[in-house]
Amino acid sequence: MGGYILKRLVSAIPVLFGITVIVFLIMAMIPGDPALAILGSYATPENVEKLNRDLGLDQPLVARYFIWLGNMLTGDFGRSFSLNRPVIDEVLDRFSATLILAGTSFVLCAIFGIAAGVVSAARQYGFADKAITFAVLLGISIPSFFLGMMMILLFAVRWKMLPVSGMYAIYGGGDLPDLLNHLIMPAIALAVVATGVVARLSRSAMLEVLRQDFVRTARAKGVREGRVIWGHALRAAMVSIIPVLGVQAGFVLSGAVYIEMVFQWPGVGRMLVDAILKRDILLVQGGVVFVAACYVMFNIAVDVAQSLLDPRIKT
Amino acid sequence: MTFLKLLIRNRLAAAGAVVMALVLLLALITPILPLPDPDVTNTSNRFVKPFSEGHLLGTDHLGRDLLARLMYGTRLSLAVGIAAAIFAAIFGAAIGIIAGYFGGKTDNIIMRGVDMLMAFPYILLALAIVAALGPGLTNALIAVAAVNIPFFARNIRGVTVGIAHKEFVDAAKLAGEGHLRIILTEILPNVIPVIVIAMSTTIGWMILETAGLSFLGLGSQPPQADLGSMLGEARSALITNPHTSIVPGVMILIIVMAINLLGDGVRDALDPRLRSGALTRPRPSTAVARTSEIPKPRETGTMVLTDLETQFHVGQRVYKAVSKVSLHVEPGECLGVIGESGSGKSVTALSIMGLVASPPGVITGGSARYDETELIGAPYEKLRRYRGDKVAYIFQDPLATLHPLYTVGDQLCEAIRVHHKVSKKEAWQRAVALLKQVRIPNAEGRAKVYPHEMSGGMRQRVGIAMALANDPDVIIADEPTTALDVTVQAQILALLNDLRKERGLSIIFITHDFGVVAQLCDRVAVMYAGRIVETGPTQAVLDDAAHPYTRRLIACVPELGEGRRELHAIPGLPPAVDKLPAGCAFAPRCDKADALCQVGTIELEGNGTRAVRCIFPETKLSEDVA
Repeated sequence: MGGYILKRLVSAIPVLFGITVIVFLIMAMIPGDPALAILGSYATPENVEKLNRDLGLDQPLVARYFIWLGNMLTGDFGRSFSLNRPVIDEVLDRFSATLILAGTSFVLCAIFGIAAGVVSAARQYGFADKAITFAVLLGISIPSFFLGMMMILLFAVRWKMLPVSGMYAIYGGGDLPDLLNHLIMPAIALAVVATGVVARLSRSAMLEVLRQDFVRTARAKGVREGRVIWGHALRAAMVSIIPVLGVQAGFVLSGAVYIEMVFQWPGVGRMLVDAILKRDILLVQGGVVFVAACYVMFNIAVDVAQSLLDPRIKT
Repeated sequence: MTFLKLLIRNRLAAAGAVVMALVLLLALITPILPLPDPDVTNTSNRFVKPFSEGHLLGTDHLGRDLLARLMYGTRLSLAVGIAAAIFAAIFGAAIGIIAGYFGGKTDNIIMRGVDMLMAFPYILLALAIVAALGPGLTNALIAVAAVNIPFFARNIRGVTVGIAHKEFVDAAKLAGEGHLRIILTEILPNVIPVIVIAMSTTIGWMILETAGLSFLGLGSQPPQADLGSMLGEARSALITNPHTSIVPGVMILIIVMAINLLGDGVRDALDPRLRSGALTRPRPSTAVARTSEIPKPRETGTMVLTDLETQFHVGQRVYKAVSKVSLHVEPGECLGVIGESGSGKSVTALSIMGLVASPPGVITGGSARYDETELIGAPYEKLRRYRGDKVAYIFQDPLATLHPLYTVGDQLCEAIRVHHKVSKKEAWQRAVALLKQVRIPNAEGRAKVYPHEMSGGMRQRVGIAMALANDPDVIIADEPTTALDVTVQAQILALLNDLRKERGLSIIFITHDFGVVAQLCDRVAVMYAGRIVETGPTQAVLDDAAHPYTRRLIACVPELGEGRRELHAIPGLPPAVDKLPAGCAFAPRCDKADALCQVGTIELEGNGTRAVRCIFPETKLSEDVA
């Protein structure tokens, strides 16, 4: 197992390398003098000169890339000019907030998506199946940012059950119950689309598995139907559900950008949008590379989970 | 054209198509509709509520008419989404075709790049592009198109690889045509359907994604507004004037849902498995729909089947897989049920404990009595308690019939613990003992391995061990040796024979091989097209078969040491059981058949121990045998 994890980690190196190349090339598309673009309204002659020296902006493209890569490998993602603090500090602060939000949503979408898919498949063409299929269609069609706004209207404004936005109350908050209270709406709004996708896929994966001979064997043994469905069939179906969960993690992370805007959640998505509007290029660049790298690592964890579940995968 | 028909028959998809057509039409004719200018502000007239005079949907925070803004916004959103889809399709297709057509190194490099792009959560890539190019609708469009290029490239490369090695492409190459010409005239026409399908499934996404970027303030810039930026601008007035948010939000919802419905319909219509309705899951037990009373049993034994009837209902068709089959087996007896594939022997066996996949299987009549208990139509819970405990199955092909992700020991333990309250440890010890009993060497070690790590013969022994787990009274073995080589087969048969003698088991043994029947079975029943055509003691039937079909089946068995004897395959195929002919189903393949064989119903007649369903039997069954 340790060897397999190591093998997967090694195979991630070219992907991480590729990510930095792509981000670098996209940023190289910035028209005009890169130093001016990066500094924007902070472009005093001293600043421009310092940046040119730090990033080697006067050097050829390839050399610039390696200077940038080398800096990042030593943990130096540059300095955000709009915030006047190191990019990595800001990204780490913001990413932890995003992790709380996206992580919760991911767990929600996995649990409810799989459960809905299994129930739907087990009761194929029954009332529960039709109800779930309809809910799923609605869920995957509603834009998460619109759903979030409607939830605010209902639960925060009309029924005053939950806070409108933010991560903690401004006065007297800051503890875990306060965080959870603020987390409920954005986490659900973010989870809805992914839950629908997972439910759909789980349903078809379950239908595929329920026709297999080993399900008949379990029934012939006299295994209770509940265990046939939630044990035998679901376990086999997980083999095709887990990779989709990996893909959905990317969608949850993407959707978090909208939800963070709607709910004023101080996450990395809102940071990126603000940085783009303020033309804080180094902050965008650092944030994108960091989050993409985390996503690659998460997908390795998904592969490892898959190999733990399925003994047929050679480790 | 069946595709279009299927699409229309799918009511939800048709509804989606109608809504989408309506939205598109409205978007197209927006400029000629009598609407106020969407960008004219009137701050004295802010936040007018919907359904007011002159403003059907009210006005926004600058007093602009919401209906007009909605119509123009929809127009813009659709245009941008469709444009993004077209760009993504063109570039993605070009990349995919080049990679797939040239293959080798080109393919490798391009696909590596595509994989890298797919390693990003899509929005990060889009944000990076917008960050570099600056906010704006065109740049948002470029970002959304670029993010979706890898998806198209990968799909279309797959299809192109399949086409690039077809004969007509080789022929064009030999004729000296240039690559570009081949791509344009031979490859492109064949991948266009795939491009269209990929577009139809992603266009909703692209509309949503561009709306999302606009919502974030990175897309369309004021005063121009698409649906996303309308929603984004309305957000600050969400609490005081929710209608300015609800109007564009609902529109996005309607568009995306209509496209999703349509896309689902397209996918369902194209997926042949869904078309035949094959993707249905079997219920916990076979459906029972009796058309007649429960018949009285005519024989005695541990398991007595009387006039069992099982059918498959597929659409309008009815396949009579089992027609009035009666069988019985005594304690310690082995009954062989033999026939070609499709003769209904497996379905008969599975019907007993309600294990025929349903839908499409339906038991329409008859009785299966175990120990004075009627099993056909018994409540599920009662059936479940008997399954594996009193009546156990051994299935063919244990690689498919054992669960691939549980160790064999766990699967055995489960079989025991379902019916007996024993500790996990105790169950495990019994599982190991069972594995020893079916003569698996190193049983302790083997209990911990997964089915795919065992040989076919070992897996089959596990299947037998599982059937024996609860010391059942009846074992139904459905071709348990078919997948095995001859020596392993002989070992398994000997094992079953010993167990039967040791434990007084009743065995119903399903097979297509008379050689196996001769080794193991006391009596035999021959099935053809869902009916029993002959039954009797094995030796008597083997020595002097009465039905022509039985004779032919026996002739199929090669005899050891008599190498000169020819194998007599039976010419023709068994009839389709949805259109059974009158009279004898075997008549079309039978040498002795005459006109009388193809009328009315021919009964199974005999003398108590033997019976045959034939009006010209090969041998006269003497009345005094019994």
